[in-house]
Amino acid sequence: MSEDTSLKTTPLTGLWQSMGGRMVPFAGYLMPVQFAEGVMKEHVWTRESCGLFDVSHMGPAFLKLDDLSLTGDAAHAAIAALVETILPCDVAGLAPGQLRYTTLPNATGGVLDDLFVGRPKADADQGTLYFVVNAGCKEQDFALIAQACAGKATLTRADDRALIAVQGPKAVEAIGNVGDGPKRLSFMEFATVKGPYGEVVVSRSGYTGEDGFEVLIAADKAEAFVRTLLATAHVKAIGLGARDSLRLEAGLCLYGHDLDETTSPIEAGLAWTIQKVRRERGDFPGAARILKELAEKPSRKRVGLLPKDKAPAREGAEIRNLAGEKVGMVTSGGYGPTIGGPIAMGYVDAAFAAVGTELDLIVRDQPRRWVVASLPFVPHNYHRKG
Amino acid sequence: MTTKYTKDHEWVSVAGDIATCGITAYAADQLGDVVFVELPNIGRIVSQGDEVAVVESVKAASDVYAPVSGEVVDVNEALAEAPEGVNEAAESTGWFTKLKLTDPAELDALMDRAAYDSYLAGL
Repeated sequence: MSEDTSLKTTPLTGLWQSMGGRMVPFAGYLMPVQFAEGVMKEHVWTRESCGLFDVSHMGPAFLKLDDLSLTGDAAHAAIAALVETILPCDVAGLAPGQLRYTTLPNATGGVLDDLFVGRPKADADQGTLYFVVNAGCKEQDFALIAQACAGKATLTRADDRALIAVQGPKAVEAIGNVGDGPKRLSFMEFATVKGPYGEVVVSRSGYTGEDGFEVLIAADKAEAFVRTLLATAHVKAIGLGARDSLRLEAGLCLYGHDLDETTSPIEAGLAWTIQKVRRERGDFPGAARILKELAEKPSRKRVGLLPKDKAPAREGAEIRNLAGEKVGMVTSGGYGPTIGGPIAMGYVDAAFAAVGTELDLIVRDQPRRWVVASLPFVPHNYHRKG
Repeated sequence: MTTKYTKDHEWVSVAGDIATCGITAYAADQLGDVVFVELPNIGRIVSQGDEVAVVESVKAASDVYAPVSGEVVDVNEALAEAPEGVNEAAESTGWFTKLKLTDPAELDALMDRAAYDSYLAGL
């Protein structure tokens, strides 16, 4: 089989190939979409035990204040003020060691990307922020962040390292391999940990709806770390196919599908990512539309959809009301192995967004009856603080 | 009974003027876990190469083409309740349709097992 040599690899590509991973191009990288057991078993394994995912194609980066005379809270306040010009979340109010999920809005309130921003825990690291952005958006995002901070802070990419997600109810046992530090983290906290694999950045976060961790690790340490985890009975390597079905069951957005430059965070159901202090100030890109939709409710909303029969509906399927009028579009559709049936998300006119509303999805020119369902389809199983 | 194969990875097994059709084990493996199969109505007339069924995996929907021309005289209703039957036995109990042949000569242009195996080896 020929391989496209223009595709980028990760520090783990060779390992996945040696393990029989089915490699496909994804966001410019050669990535495993599944292993021998297949998407269904990999999905269920992650929900019940622990799945390990290579997400090194994503865009981790550190933004550091140039003015080293500032320390502690003052340094954090200074770097937060810089990025709050482009992000609508409360960066200043992050506690040390806290991560937030946020969006990068454009001037008209659409979404350029969704991402994590975090404030390091250590005193010595104040004035630095940790970012993880989407693979397909990283050039754009890094340029926007650098531009917003030009002359005042410097962005250092970390996408030459490996980023490994360890997800599922047994992830907390598996992560003991890098030390005890990660176990003490709560959902949406992160820390820098020194251990047998050098200095790693571990966050308690993920994209499956399960408890779990994402580990940023030096490229030359990644394979040894992964091999150690895979040698334990409850950890298996999982491909991007199951990653997609897991996130869809968890009701999480996939950028470029459920979010794009036309959808606002409010339409997407992400109002919770814009904290009160930012709404009051209204000083971020796209604020005019975003604040208006917060006040008056958006004209369309992202919803979950479940079928009355067994036919899946895919991205792009038209959504009609029972009078046959177009009221929306499916943005993600597939099969939920834990649900045991098809699931979808899409945008519908607000009048049709209530849970229980019956709608027709057009699959191969045939209307099929679906019902608006609450998200997530499968309850989140996060390790929350307290 | 003769069994022939297409480049689109369908198989067709002929007994008398009835052709039982399905997708090959290779195709089923490439698709991964099958979660839904849409079958044609009985009585439908199809030409060789027409879309006759749809097979959906967790990730995507794929068309299944008629390997020969004919009238749909039976469909594998068991796949509606248990689509995983395609993965378990693609080339036997996981059949999709039975067609009443209208042009048996079409079979001559399809691959036999040896030719299909060498076709797979070249992919």
